[in-house]
Amino acid sequence: MARRENPEINAGSMADIAFLLLIFFLVTTTMNVDSGISKKLSEKPPQDYVPPVIKEKNILEVVINRNNELLVENERTELKDLKELAKKFIDNGGGVGKPGEDGSPGKPCDYCKGEKSEASSDHPNKAIISVQSDRGTEYGTYITVQNELLRAYSELRNRLSKERYGVSYDELEQQFQDAKKSAELKGRVDELRKKVEDIKISYPQIISDAEPTSS
Amino acid sequence: MSKFKKKKKGLPAVNTAALPDIVFMLLFFFMVTTTMRETDLRIENPRLPSATEIKKLEDKSLVSTIYVGKSKDPERDGVGYNKIQLNDKIASADQVPAFIFSKRDKLAEAMHPFMTTSIKADKESNVGTITDIRLKLRDVNALKISYSTQKGSNQ
Repeated sequence: MARRENPEINAGSMADIAFLLLIFFLVTTTMNVDSGISKKLSEKPPQDYVPPVIKEKNILEVVINRNNELLVENERTELKDLKELAKKFIDNGGGVGKPGEDGSPGKPCDYCKGEKSEASSDHPNKAIISVQSDRGTEYGTYITVQNELLRAYSELRNRLSKERYGVSYDELEQQFQDAKKSAELKGRVDELRKKVEDIKISYPQIISDAEPTSS
Repeated sequence: MSKFKKKKKGLPAVNTAALPDIVFMLLFFFMVTTTMRETDLRIENPRLPSATEIKKLEDKSLVSTIYVGKSKDPERDGVGYNKIQLNDKIASADQVPAFIFSKRDKLAEAMHPFMTTSIKADKESNVGTITDIRLKLRDVNALKISYSTQKGSNQ
């Protein structure tokens, strides 16, 4: 009796082929998401634009020279002190804020914990941080300075958010993002948006880039 | 009696029939998540500065990337960390508006305000170059920019 041959394809090397492909994709894959410091540029001013007059005390002048040295309000400063200086300046609350859009008079800052000094900013929504760098300044330094200033803002926002809503601003924003995505949390979106907006308006990030010097 | 003969002893082979399945599963996962680098870098891979206050860029299709750094081919492009790369070639800041317009053409008008320009610049580039790019971007109303950084630690 002739033995029936079992017709079976040898699949032993299938795994090898698959591994080869797998390793190829493992090597070429880039999983990193692009992330960075986001910024919104101001619109191009019209030709006959006259810049508004801003009181000297409402501007924190930060200058980075071409040797990557830092000057805050004309005094040499170390990078590590910049955050505290910025916080002190923003949170000073020495006067009244901007008038409301409906023409109501500006209110003093009741959540600020600063010194309320006459010589520093009136209100967080009036406090402008102006960063002037030289054309020769290193980009790395420039980014570090921007980062320190943003950290000052986010620490103040976190503090206020903890006081008002019991969670830090980062968590609040995360919750808002989550709520926007999921269906069952839809009811909370508006509530969270209000909270996020409230904190954002209380400490608006006003960092302006001055035209760089080219000495 | 022969039907109940003792079975042959020996090491039973591990069944590897499911191995290809597992590997294929991994393979498909990587095939789906992979994104091939779409542009060849004419500059050396920029050493991004690190920062802590960073935001992720959500929608890849809305992002146009400008690279700034040192050229790989200094004989043709010159030395220094201030070379700008748009698409596949080294360019100058004057060509930025055209670059933005070409990116805009691919998208619907309604999406234009949401477009972001990501600037991937080397740590040692100069602020002057970045400023030139920024002024050009402002001219064409591409106002959302992101300075690409890596995630750093709190000092």
